[in-house]
Amino acid sequence: MFVDRRFRVKRNGNVEIKIAEDERLLLVNLIGQLRELVLSTAPEGEVDPSLRRLYPAAYADNAQQELEYQRSMRDQLLERRLSNLDAVETTLSDRELGQETLNCWIMAINDLRLVLGTHLDVSEEDEPNFLDDDDPQQHQSAIYHYLSHLLGELVEVADN
Amino acid sequence: MFILFSNLNSESETEVENSPVLTEEGDPTASTDEDVPWIVLVWNDPINLMSYVTHVLQKLFGYSTEKATQLMLDVHNKGRAVVSNGSKEKAELDVFRLHEYGLWATMQKDS
Repeated sequence: MFVDRRFRVKRNGNVEIKIAEDERLLLVNLIGQLRELVLSTAPEGEVDPSLRRLYPAAYADNAQQELEYQRSMRDQLLERRLSNLDAVETTLSDRELGQETLNCWIMAINDLRLVLGTHLDVSEEDEPNFLDDDDPQQHQSAIYHYLSHLLGELVEVADN
Repeated sequence: MFILFSNLNSESETEVENSPVLTEEGDPTASTDEDVPWIVLVWNDPINLMSYVTHVLQKLFGYSTEKATQLMLDVHNKGRAVVSNGSKEKAELDVFRLHEYGLWATMQKDS
């Protein structure tokens, strides 16, 4: 299913992408799901537990200032997240990405990992375990590790 | 770590609700609050990749690979690291930019 090397920096500074069709379909599906989740977020107050990592507290020791931070910033965070998702969706079939779009990919793929990782309650010691057929989370776990791999490749090409 | 995170929140809420008057009257330096430099902390979490954290610190703050890697290792090994400091406004903007990238960042007054 996986192509050996998905991203390559070209001489013009853009990044050439090669993504298999089933990966593309998976990403379209995941992006659609995350967009729905993000759109369900209220401008303040509690967020869906699986989204808590997308809206961390800025003031850990001051509830009033934290409320003000959420009021002024959560909408902006939400907008940014949605525009990253849009950018990935519209460039999924492109052959190359500009640096700015590459950055949108990096942020969006990490958002997907944050939500899926929170849902799976991953720990730092977690290794992929695809042997347990009875594990209902096996499929999600495989997707999580795939996204980790994809993000690693994106970061590597961005740092080049 | 997420459980710790929500504990932090609920404790601080209780504290603030119980002692707003005490804070105002008990702190003679309250009027100069804005002058106190703030620090921005990034906390360890099990999801963000080490290479990703290093990448973000370089991109947002212009740190060298060495400095960004050291800060990432501090986050990873010591649980947190101070990644920037300055006025409240600057700290809040830095925290926001880190939140855009999904890093677990908070700010507090330097003590």
